Amino acid sequence: MFTLLSLTALINVLALVAFLLFIAINGIQAISWSFITEMPRASMTQGGILPTIVGTVYLAIGAVLFAFPIGVCTAIYLNEFAKDGFWVRLIRQGVVNLAGVPSVVYGLFGLAFFVIILGMGVSLIAGALTLAAFILPLVIASAEESLRAVPQNVREASLALGATKWQTIFKIVLPTAFASMLTGLILGLSRAAGETAPIMFTAAVFSTAQLPSSIFDEVMAMPYHIYVLATAGTNIEETRPLQYGTALLLLMIVVILNLSAILLRNRLQKRFKRYN
Amino acid sequence: MSLMTTEAATAPPPDSPESPRLTPAIPSFTRGATTRAAGKAPREVGDEVCLKVDDLKLWYGKDQVLKGIDMRIPCRQITAFIGPSGCGKSTLLRCFNRMNDLVNGCRIEGCICLDGEDIYSRQVDVPELRRRIGMVFQKPNPFPKTIYENVAYGLRLQGVRNRRALNEAVERSLRRAALWDEVKDRLHENAFGLSGGQQQRLVIARAIAVEPDVLLLDEPASALDPLATLKIEELMLELKDQYTIVIVTHNMQQAARVSDFTAFLYMGELIEFADTDTLFTTPANKQTEDYITGRYG
Repeated sequence: MFTLLSLTALINVLALVAFLLFIAINGIQAISWSFITEMPRASMTQGGILPTIVGTVYLAIGAVLFAFPIGVCTAIYLNEFAKDGFWVRLIRQGVVNLAGVPSVVYGLFGLAFFVIILGMGVSLIAGALTLAAFILPLVIASAEESLRAVPQNVREASLALGATKWQTIFKIVLPTAFASMLTGLILGLSRAAGETAPIMFTAAVFSTAQLPSSIFDEVMAMPYHIYVLATAGTNIEETRPLQYGTALLLLMIVVILNLSAILLRNRLQKRFKRYN
Repeated sequence: MSLMTTEAATAPPPDSPESPRLTPAIPSFTRGATTRAAGKAPREVGDEVCLKVDDLKLWYGKDQVLKGIDMRIPCRQITAFIGPSGCGKSTLLRCFNRMNDLVNGCRIEGCICLDGEDIYSRQVDVPELRRRIGMVFQKPNPFPKTIYENVAYGLRLQGVRNRRALNEAVERSLRRAALWDEVKDRLHENAFGLSGGQQQRLVIARAIAVEPDVLLLDEPASALDPLATLKIEELMLELKDQYTIVIVTHNMQQAARVSDFTAFLYMGELIEFADTDTLFTTPANKQTEDYITGRYG
C-alpha cells in the first residue's frame, strides 16, 4: 500500500518535471535579450514580445492594487469584527463559491459589466478590474489566514493595557500580520499574471502598435499572446519557438513570484515560532 | 478600622457604597478623581476595600460559571484565588478588567465596584478601566516588538510622545519589574530573545508602565521554571506596597507563600475567603480543608 502511495506521488513529480523540461527545452532557444526588449515584427512571427510583458505586468499589478485593499478590509471585517451569524456565513460561502467560478465566467462578467455597462471598453482598467474580481477570493482567504495567525493572547495583551479595538488592530494585529499578507499579495500577482480567460474579452488584444499609455488602452498580454499564436496566428508552425519562449518566460515570472512568496513566509514563520 | 476612619474623615464627602452616586455622568476612571468606598469591613479584611464584588453571576451561554460571588478585595494586599480547574477563578479574575466582554455569549449579573464605582455601569470607559486594572496572563505574551516598545506601548496609546518621558517610564517600569539590569543593554532588541521568565517580567513591566491601581495575575508562573517562579513571587511582594494584586494560582504553596488573603472557589462558588494564615491553618469550611490537604482537585 505504501509503495502504491509513493508511486502516485512519484507520478506527480515526474509529470511536473517532464512538463517543465519540455517547455524549457523548446523555449530556451527563443529567449534572448532582444526577445524581451523588442517589439514584435512581421505580424508577430519575428522580433520580441516586450508589449506582452509590459501588458501582463500592468494587468497583474493593477489587479492587485484593487484586490488587495478590498480583500484585506474584508478579511479584517470577517476575522476581527463579524460575529458568527447568518450574514457572515453568507459572505464566507460567497467567497468560497467565488473561488470556484471558472475563470472564463469572470471574463464574460467583465465584458458585460466593466467593458459594456460601465463603458470602459476593452482596456487595461477593465482587465485589471476583472482580474481583481478573479483573485479576490484568494486574497481574502490568505489575508484571513494571516490575521488568524496573530495569536489571540497578543490581542488580549493589547486590550488589557487599555487599547481600543481599533488601536489593537492598527498597532498590533496589522503590523504582525502584514508581512504574511504580502505573501498573499504575491500569490495574487502570480495568479493574475498567468490567467487568460478573464482578460481575453476585457483587455487583451492580439497586437498593439505601441506600449499602453493610458489605463483605457488595449494591451497585449503573455498568456493571451501564447493562446493566439498557438491557435489563430498567421503562421502557427513558424511561430512555435515564439510560443514556447513566451510560455517559458511567463512560467519563470510566475515561479519567481511564488518562490519569493514561499521564502517570505518561511522567514516569517521563523519570526513567530516563539508564540507556538 | 482606624485606617478607615481617618480615610473617611479626610476624604471629600464619603460615598456609602449603597447610596447611588451623585455624579455618575463622567465615570471617574482617572487617577486622583476617585473617592474610596468606605464600606464596612468584611470578614477579616480590615483595610480599605479596592474591589467589591456583590452577588456576581456569570454565564457562558447556558453554563453558569459563577454562582453569586460576594467578596471584598483589600487595597495594596495580595489576594490569591485557589481552587480546582474549572472552578471559575480565572473567569472571576477576567471580570475585574472586563476581559469577558470579548467572549461571545457571556452574560453577567451582579456588581463589581472599583473604589466604589460600578465597573459594569454603562458610562464606564472600558479602555480606561483596563488601564487602571492591569493584567498579566498565564503565557508570557510580549508583542512582536522591541523590549523598549513593549514597555512603552501603553503610554503611546495614551498619546505620550515625549522621548524623555518615555525613556524614564520604560526604565522605571523595568527597574520595578526587576528586569532593568538584565536588559538595559539591549532595549532595542526583539522581546522574543528573552527567556520565558524574563518575558513574564517584561509583561509585568509593560503592565505597570501605565500606572494601574490593580494588577491581575492569571497563573503568572505556571509556565515558568522554579527559579523564574521565585523571581516573580519576590517581585509580587515588592510591588504590593503600590498595587492591589490579585493572583490566580494552581499552586497552593505559592498562594501560602505570597498572599495576604486567600479565596477558595469551588464549582463557581466562593467557599471561603480569609487571611491566608487562617485559611491554610484553621479553615472554617470542610471543603476548604479537604482541598488544601489534597483530598481533591
